[in-house]
Amino acid sequence: MTQKDLDAAIAVTRFGLGARPGEIDAAGKDPRGWLKAQIRPEGADIFKTDGETSSQRLAEFREYRQERAMARQDKAAPPPPTPPTPPTPPSSAMQMDAIKPAADPVQAARQFIRQNAAGDVLGRIQLASETDAGFRERWALFWANHFTVSANKVQLAGLVGPFENEAIRPHVFGRFADLLAAAETHPAMLIYLDQAQSVGPNSRAAQFQRRGGPRRGLARNDDQPRRTLGLNENLAREILELHTVGVDGGYAQADVTEFARALTGLSIAGPREPGVEGVVFRDATHEPGERTIMGVRYAQDGKAQAGAVLADLAAKPQTARFVCTKIARHFVADDPPPALAARLEKAWMASRGDLGRVAEALVDAPEAWAPQPAKLKTPYEYVVSSYRALGQEPRGLGQVNAALNGLGQRPFGAPSPKGWPDEAGPWAASDALVKRMQFAQQLGSVFGPRVQAPTELASQTLGARLTPAVATAISRAESRPEAVALLLMSPEFQRR
Amino acid sequence: MTAPLLSRRAFAAAGLALPFLARVAEAAVPAGKKLVVVICRGGMDGLSVAAPVGDPDYRALRGGLALGDDALKLDGTFALNPALPAVHKLALAGQARIAPAAATPDRARSHFEAQDVLETGAAGVYATTSGWLNRAVQSMAAAGKVEALSVGPTAPLILRGPAPAGSWSPGRGVDATSRLPTLLQDLYRDDPLLGPALARGLATETLARESGAAGDGMTGGQMRPAAGQGRDAAQAMGQSLAEFLKAPGGPQIAAVSLDGFDTHANQAPLLATRLASLDALLDGLHTGLGPVWKDTVVLVVTEFGRTARANGTGGTDHGTGSTALVLGGGLKAGGIVGDWPTLKRQALFEDRDVYPALDMRALEKGLLADHLGVDRRALDATIFPDSAGVRPLLGIA
Repeated sequence: MTQKDLDAAIAVTRFGLGARPGEIDAAGKDPRGWLKAQIRPEGADIFKTDGETSSQRLAEFREYRQERAMARQDKAAPPPPTPPTPPTPPSSAMQMDAIKPAADPVQAARQFIRQNAAGDVLGRIQLASETDAGFRERWALFWANHFTVSANKVQLAGLVGPFENEAIRPHVFGRFADLLAAAETHPAMLIYLDQAQSVGPNSRAAQFQRRGGPRRGLARNDDQPRRTLGLNENLAREILELHTVGVDGGYAQADVTEFARALTGLSIAGPREPGVEGVVFRDATHEPGERTIMGVRYAQDGKAQAGAVLADLAAKPQTARFVCTKIARHFVADDPPPALAARLEKAWMASRGDLGRVAEALVDAPEAWAPQPAKLKTPYEYVVSSYRALGQEPRGLGQVNAALNGLGQRPFGAPSPKGWPDEAGPWAASDALVKRMQFAQQLGSVFGPRVQAPTELASQTLGARLTPAVATAISRAESRPEAVALLLMSPEFQRR
Repeated sequence: MTAPLLSRRAFAAAGLALPFLARVAEAAVPAGKKLVVVICRGGMDGLSVAAPVGDPDYRALRGGLALGDDALKLDGTFALNPALPAVHKLALAGQARIAPAAATPDRARSHFEAQDVLETGAAGVYATTSGWLNRAVQSMAAAGKVEALSVGPTAPLILRGPAPAGSWSPGRGVDATSRLPTLLQDLYRDDPLLGPALARGLATETLARESGAAGDGMTGGQMRPAAGQGRDAAQAMGQSLAEFLKAPGGPQIAAVSLDGFDTHANQAPLLATRLASLDALLDGLHTGLGPVWKDTVVLVVTEFGRTARANGTGGTDHGTGSTALVLGGGLKAGGIVGDWPTLKRQALFEDRDVYPALDMRALEKGLLADHLGVDRRALDATIFPDSAGVRPLLGIA
């Protein structure tokens, strides 16, 4: 075994998403070059969906809401002479599964939204399972998690996929400032972190409402009782704490509130804004006046105000430090070597936040190639790398969903804006080990019988990282399914 | 792991009386006592859990978020959210009390910092990587076997650390005929992370099957739902946990998390749904425990409360003081736990939040001391580091 053999295995399993048969050989000639060839200015791959944009999905959700409102009115009134016909979803969305369409239009619409989301989840995991650019895909997954949008509201279920494809993936090897701007101003983020409803307390709209006027030009949710228009500081706080400078980045409550004021006006189009879809900036709800955020004054210039704040945040050294430490933690170790984070930070600052340069610096960093694998795979990484090892991809969502739900990583369902944990602690629960074993047994029983030589599969999957103890155990397995399950549960496969 | 217990049994079986040894062990870990910590993640709005409806400033501050006439009256000042009928029933029986102005020592209003401080029990953020409940287990384990369990697919920080702790969530169970568990335990022999975790997971599966916690079969005439977020899933989770706690060799210490309390917008209906799940979880636990309820204390906490005023989007933003709940069949009589600082403008913390009148650690230390006999030195130094200045709040359990 040469150093190059080990580097090839590390390139594919630690930087990438795990080896498909033949992949370690392909990386073997020049492991670092193989990784760098995956970095490209146009960004990460776009996963397959039904092709609908976030704007289309938003429009569909609005229809659903209107249907629901009508259904409620119908309940109060005598039944109509003919039952309403369920909306016919575009055929592309029905390719997924043959779920019986619900008779009730509201149920049908809900089901349709769920199917959109399910199609997105499947497209995403299929891309991860089959791509030959595993490093590029892992890099994209890192940024999607950094800018988490979780489907914790029905409206968001169909938006998380488009968000990732529209706002994250095109920018992951570009400038951080562009990625930040795209993520924070995407409708999915504005809904997830409640920005869409935030209104400047001294804006024209709020003043008009205080004088007793109707709430003109606002996306009014008919379910909600009338309330005083005002600020919501959720997005402002999480941009500072989670997306840019980090909680120790040197801001206080007053900065959060000021930033929230600067962000007002940024919203999504409502039913009374025909012809507009997606993000809008409403002067009428923007808080007028200068803002001071982290010691910098931002002159009143409407829409550009929040943009200027975001650009400044992107350029701050605290942001470079916070995000580079996170990259190092994701790729190399829960407690990453400070020298590695410093190297990434240097590349970030020298390139003014060029993420392609940062990715190259990661590949070039000797600390990233430590022989001992220090990272436990997350459930998603474990499931994806299992399919890759077998040269397969999930064909339906049933099995994948059951496994990921059981392991606590429901697709598009991160528990908070912080995203999924990146350390072993939460994932190494004793129950989780049992459930990983059950998944390995399941895949073993489905795909194992077709595996010709399990020991060869093990060496294709782990290369120079395969230990003699595991190789021996696999060679002594009583059946092919058992051999496959042993491979997937081996200590070296569970880590990267 | 089972050595101390087994050896005491062995001595007893051999007719040897070891009264001194037994007394020491019992003094340190009262037999049969159970402690369950429920973490409501996202920053639970204490003013909507136990609303100070009798506080003269309450309605003006809360506006549309103020509870209506259907609030469940506790005393002249407080009433519970209507989504908490089971808690209310327990409160009327003296088996549930509220701590309406509790907070961790963290003041950053960040979920993640505040959850870190809540779960580590440290005086400041990111000061230690293990949880206070785990260190409490470790401290008690010195005197006898103590088992700890978290319910849910991931391991919560509050129970991570040096003492072994199991976890469980609903699933298919383990195929008893497979050789795989044995083969893996062999491969994991020298693996400090995977080895103990798998062994414990398999043992917990066995316990789940034997105690009925796994829930295959009928409970109370109904099939338990396997997993999920709703009220029924929460009730089933409470029942499963109760089965574990009751089982011989089952855990004395347990932790459960509920998500979704970060209610920045459209708060009233969202929170009602989450509180209904909390109520169902506690009800499942209470009814499932039967006679063991009298030996059980349940503590419900959150990382911070929310702004006293409603925000501009029908919700509330991150705040400070919130409501903790203490429940159990053997609680001491009394009113609210800790002081009520009121909602007067000058009493609000930074003119914004419920004033943090009670350090959550005081309550936690008091419960560990009263209910589980944990030593004061351990409480002050190791379980809650650098907390000698925070006196245990005694006389609750």
